[in-house]
Amino acid sequence: MKIDAQGMYYRDLNAQIRDAVSSGTTSIELDNVNGQYYIGDGVNKPVTITINGVPGNDLAAFMNGATIIVNENAQDNIGNTMNAGKVIVHGHAGDVLGYGMRGGKIHILKDVGYRVGIHMKSYLDNKPALIAGGKAGDFFGEYMAGGILILLGMYSDDPKKAKHGYLLGTGMHGGVIYVRGDVDESRLSKEVGVFEMDADDLAVVKGFITDFCADFGLDVQDVLRERFVKILPRSKRPYGNMYCPMPK
Amino acid sequence: MKPQPTHIFQKDISNCGLTGFVSKKGTRVEGAVIIKSIALMHDRGNGLGGGFGAYGIYPDYREFFAFHLMYENSMALQLTEEYLENNFHIEQQEDIPTRRTKAIANPPVFKRYFVKPLETDEYRESVEFQGLTEEDVIVRHVMAINHEIEGAFVVSSGKNMGAFKGVGFPEDIAEFFRLEEYAGHIWTAHNRFPTNTPGWWGGAHPFTLLDWSIVHNGEISSYGINKRYLEMYGYLCTMLTDTEVVAYMLDLLIRKHGLQPELACTALAPPFWDLIDQLPRNERELLTAIRQIYGSALLNGPFAILFASNKGLIGLNDRVKLRPLVCAEHGDFVYMASEEAAIREICPHPTKIWAPRGGEPVIAMVDGMI
Repeated sequence: MKIDAQGMYYRDLNAQIRDAVSSGTTSIELDNVNGQYYIGDGVNKPVTITINGVPGNDLAAFMNGATIIVNENAQDNIGNTMNAGKVIVHGHAGDVLGYGMRGGKIHILKDVGYRVGIHMKSYLDNKPALIAGGKAGDFFGEYMAGGILILLGMYSDDPKKAKHGYLLGTGMHGGVIYVRGDVDESRLSKEVGVFEMDADDLAVVKGFITDFCADFGLDVQDVLRERFVKILPRSKRPYGNMYCPMPK
Repeated sequence: MKPQPTHIFQKDISNCGLTGFVSKKGTRVEGAVIIKSIALMHDRGNGLGGGFGAYGIYPDYREFFAFHLMYENSMALQLTEEYLENNFHIEQQEDIPTRRTKAIANPPVFKRYFVKPLETDEYRESVEFQGLTEEDVIVRHVMAINHEIEGAFVVSSGKNMGAFKGVGFPEDIAEFFRLEEYAGHIWTAHNRFPTNTPGWWGGAHPFTLLDWSIVHNGEISSYGINKRYLEMYGYLCTMLTDTEVVAYMLDLLIRKHGLQPELACTALAPPFWDLIDQLPRNERELLTAIRQIYGSALLNGPFAILFASNKGLIGLNDRVKLRPLVCAEHGDFVYMASEEAAIREICPHPTKIWAPRGGEPVIAMVDGMI
């Protein structure tokens, strides 16, 4: 079904989406979206929501199993505490993506903002993954506790911009970040280190990249031509001794 | 000193929305455009403050300082008009046109005066013996009215510009002030969600001095340090809101100390020391000097601000980008807003759209004004 969101207040739009989902619709297309907040929040059915336009903040928060395709740029706070499902953005996106995300995938074609992947976490089979095809702002993977972040640095609107910002991995204590090409070690936080990829890492990256490229019609080999590096936390408790020394 | 107004302490999630644009060629655009942009971010505010800064709106009086005055009582009006008559040639004075609307309850009275300072003995003393400029004299008068006349507040005091602000959502404030009847080449707008300071008419954004105007999302945690520093230079903070210091700080750094806008922005949001340590010697020395001299000008805390003057529009984030700011270009127009959607609402297909780095100013000057 189609909904024309032109000038529609976010509450009315989201009410219509929720009604459609609960009545069993499996595919919803939203036209003329511009800035409506909270689209797809808490949706727990395997519905596909296609958004034509720029969705507002807090897209796909608490989402559990739906797929959201944004045929434009997106804004801040995508996938807050998302549990399962997928968000595909055919453009750039803003700050604080995947905050506390605990499952599912977020694919952003181009650049992402500050604090992407902040406090992502994983548990057993629940492994969230966020892939940015462009460049990232500061604090990429801040306080990351689990899951996978992949940064390609390839599809950016700004060729002069650095691939990643400062303080990458600040407070990171779990999960893994893969970066295509090299990282600027002067821009890493003290809590992380750079490691060579092993065969398992390569298989993992190849799997995620294949899916990413399928979403955007990109050539997998083109992405995998360059080497990747792996960034891991040096400690599971980076701030354990911040206020007083703790027993080992 | 006049008594501080009592107020209900507001504490809720911090938000605020801001938007603005400039035509570098000076093309004037009607108010309906900026209203459309800020109204899209309706829910970033809570109805306790909305406001607009508009440049190029008074071309017939471009040589005169346009004083927008807000009066809370008739005594304030009488005392202020006496004060203005004693110190200024008043070319024109009138009520600021307003419209009664349901959304705006109990508004104060607004008047505007197009003025030039009179050559009084005091004026000659200031200019000839104290080394003050005409602008300094205006600043002194603004501070005097705000500080000494209870219930009178100078909402703006620049040439060919004006601020329109109050308690309400910005689209309601725009309707109240009939903003669609104005046309300007630079517009800024603010939707307020007051968190730490009262929601009152004077506390809405923009904050102004001469033709500087500031709209701000965030909080200036260093307010106390900034305020004390500014007081040493004769700036008095009377608006009960942190944002005020930014307007006065930029006036001090750019107009008084002659810093280029970019360097002034560096003083407000300088890089961290460990980054400065990594830079080549020239840059390291410059940034070290800026941080040493202007340590008290540093704005701590999360912020995104737009500041405008007749010369252009500048956007700036705090150093770690704790508030959103998106910029875009289309033709000779440069747009800056809290959300991309607020730009796309009035410019659907910009040629370039990007999120500036924290601490990195986006400077869009009107042609011939650099």
